[in-house]
Amino acid sequence: MRSHRAAITKTTPNLKKKFRDRVAQITQTFAISLLGTLVCVGCNFKASRPDLVIINGTEPESLDPAIITGFAEMRIAMALFEGLARPDPITGKPIPGLAERWEATDGGRVWTFYLRTNARWSTGEPISAEDVRQSWLRVLKQETAANYAALLFCVKGAMEFYYGKTTNPETVGITVLNPTTLSIKLTKPVPYFLDICALPVTSVVPWQVIQTQSDRWLKTRPLPSSGAFQLVHWKANHSIRLAKNPYYWDAENTQLNIVDILPIGSPSTALNLYLRGYADIIWDKDMIPPELLEDLLRRPDFHKFDYLATYFIRFNVTKPPFNDSRVRKAFAMAIDKERIVSKITRAGEKIANSFVPPQTANYIPAEGLPFDPARARRLLAEAGYPEGKGFPVVQYSFDAAARGAAKLNGKIAVELQNMWQNALGVRVELRQLERKIFFSAQSQLDYDISRSSWVADYNDPSTFLELFTSYNGNNRTGWKNATYDELITAAAVEPDKQKRAQLYYQAETILIKEDPPIVPLFYFTGVNVFDTNKVAGIHQNVLDLHPLNAIRKISYTNTFSPPIRKHFRQP
Amino acid sequence: MIRYLVKRLCLFVPLLLVITLLSFCLVRIAPGGPFDRERAPLTPEVEQQLKARYHLDESLLKQYMRFLSGALQLDFGPSLRYRSHSVYEIIQESAPVSAILGLLAFGFALGFGLPVGFYTAARRGRWQDYTSSLIIIVMMCTPGFILAPILVLVLSLKLKLLPPALWGNIEHVVLPTIALGLIYAGRVARLFRGSLLEVSQNEFILLARAKGLPESKVLLRHVARLAILPVVTYCGPMLADLLTGSFVIENIFQIPGSGMMFVHAALNSDYTLVVGLVTFYAITLISLNLCVDVCYAVIDPRIRYE
Repeated sequence: MRSHRAAITKTTPNLKKKFRDRVAQITQTFAISLLGTLVCVGCNFKASRPDLVIINGTEPESLDPAIITGFAEMRIAMALFEGLARPDPITGKPIPGLAERWEATDGGRVWTFYLRTNARWSTGEPISAEDVRQSWLRVLKQETAANYAALLFCVKGAMEFYYGKTTNPETVGITVLNPTTLSIKLTKPVPYFLDICALPVTSVVPWQVIQTQSDRWLKTRPLPSSGAFQLVHWKANHSIRLAKNPYYWDAENTQLNIVDILPIGSPSTALNLYLRGYADIIWDKDMIPPELLEDLLRRPDFHKFDYLATYFIRFNVTKPPFNDSRVRKAFAMAIDKERIVSKITRAGEKIANSFVPPQTANYIPAEGLPFDPARARRLLAEAGYPEGKGFPVVQYSFDAAARGAAKLNGKIAVELQNMWQNALGVRVELRQLERKIFFSAQSQLDYDISRSSWVADYNDPSTFLELFTSYNGNNRTGWKNATYDELITAAAVEPDKQKRAQLYYQAETILIKEDPPIVPLFYFTGVNVFDTNKVAGIHQNVLDLHPLNAIRKISYTNTFSPPIRKHFRQP
Repeated sequence: MIRYLVKRLCLFVPLLLVITLLSFCLVRIAPGGPFDRERAPLTPEVEQQLKARYHLDESLLKQYMRFLSGALQLDFGPSLRYRSHSVYEIIQESAPVSAILGLLAFGFALGFGLPVGFYTAARRGRWQDYTSSLIIIVMMCTPGFILAPILVLVLSLKLKLLPPALWGNIEHVVLPTIALGLIYAGRVARLFRGSLLEVSQNEFILLARAKGLPESKVLLRHVARLAILPVVTYCGPMLADLLTGSFVIENIFQIPGSGMMFVHAALNSDYTLVVGLVTFYAITLISLNLCVDVCYAVIDPRIRYE
């Protein structure tokens, strides 16, 4: 304040000296604050080293198992919260989790789960059957806004409860028989019911904390967790730190004490961190620069595997020209899928002849349309566009980010544009959109052809084929086929596995061959990056699940100069 | 002066209102919403529930009033994408990170730019001047997104001196500070050099030389003291730029600052976070500008505010 007043006072005789003092004062202030900043930087940073550092993908939207949908989120949520079953680290198939055993009666309509007597929250209190029931009921409450709530509609009374036909939770077929026994009644036998029990959406969450804290429940400390790990801190865009849950029923087999999970925005940053040894694992293929993928895959620490996910294109069937199935078939048969996987994706992806990937359980996939440009031209001529004459200019919409695999969308778009131009003589314009805008356009059917992909939620054909029923929110093609809907509905209640597979097969044949609203292009290949000499317990499986409690570090030394670096110069 | 300050502070409020209202509307008008994604919820009710919970189904005006009344209590609501975090928390965690990075880069720009500028001016017309001036031009023309990967490649991947990214340790700040500050160091050096040469043309400098003062004394005592003024003037906008303009560098080095958050928020159509961060940036910029203007008056007695 004093200096301000000084500035207003009239010019003094000793102006020069005053002026010099002022400059000196300001310089000093700056110098001191800079020094202070440096000291602060130095003091704030604590050096506590985790046992394992994982690059997980982008910043997780949430860690609430009921609302998450992405892999990056699920991998963390599954370490924190466990359900009645958990995925086997090797096969991904459901194995006993909080429930020690279960039995199915009445032809698979009634399930009785026996909880472990040593199942406890990370705060030490026992986990009871009521906790399980409340966690399931929470998913079925509309205000939770659980994306996967509909997966639980197979439970008796669940749908009615969700849609508010009754507000009485007693009507939902989940009954607590005693503190460690739970019975769940289903409306129909569901072959993948145990897979649902191992999904994050059904895991057991501290419902009492959630009731008082609502959206902010993950910020409570200590946060009671039911899985092998507990949450130490969660700093947005910085790191998530997990620590071993000492009260976990299988704690003696949890090998890691502290795990840091890094959200990384750019694949090159992720790769740099891994190469310099600052991270032990990259387990998201989007975190590897696609330009380098082919070369990197030759390294011994890059592990490639198939998982249940398909890259495909959607047609908007509500307006011409794609309301004519002959046009869609012609476009499908003009695509040389082999070229796309060998020239663009190049991570050893297999071309997709079906929408449902071949490794899917309880199923043998149908066979789609072949690559046949001559027949494609004939079909297009039949539809009234010989040699593509008179065919309107259509748009191919796609989202292309600067990041990871999304980069490839643009290249695939150009390739498809070329193939259609050459084989059919039609002009296709490319329309690149930002991610959010793209998905909004896709769901509003504001496109002609659009890029799409789908990853299995659980290992069963229904996770793929339910998508294109006329009432599914993810249909996004405007395609409605009564026979298809009937087949899917019939398959869902069919108790006989063989007959069920047959019904799904018929449905898929309609979907990709007879009246196709989509064209599957290829099945995704997943990549895990870790040095087998340093990290063990990561197994590649079709669901891309790698439970953290099974992972262990072999050597803790040499964090800064990993031996793998020498291989990098290979081809 | 006091009257001037009061006037400026009075303008502060309407300016902030206009800025928040504009960003509030623009982010909502832009296509794509916070809940659009590849996997839509299995039932449409989910989206309705979410919209109702975060009041996105209300009229724009009502939403804006709700935002204003919250903002007065520093409550900007939860982030629509990172729902467990509140916008206030995100700003509180990320802003100091950006501030530290910005201040360090500021220090680097001055600490590196001033000596280089002085050196080139002192060696004017000699080969040292030409080489250094060339280096300064290159510094000024190399944006951070080109410099950063080069620094990472050389200093981190090849020489293994520093970590390639992340934040949390003293060694993490070196590369981003250089990447962010170098372009400003170049500007400072050029500005200082030009100003030094201009001041040396004055007759009193000639007199100082004629008196037989050693050249170093002439430059340091008489020239530099006057020549620093334009640099001080430039410090204000430079500091504002550095504190708010580290988007790219934060992304490359995975620094959890507000710049990176801003980019994510915009891409995710995270309405609340975008508006919260815009408000924060607006307040920072307006106050910094005000500080600079006040500083002028303090430093230079010729400036008077009425």
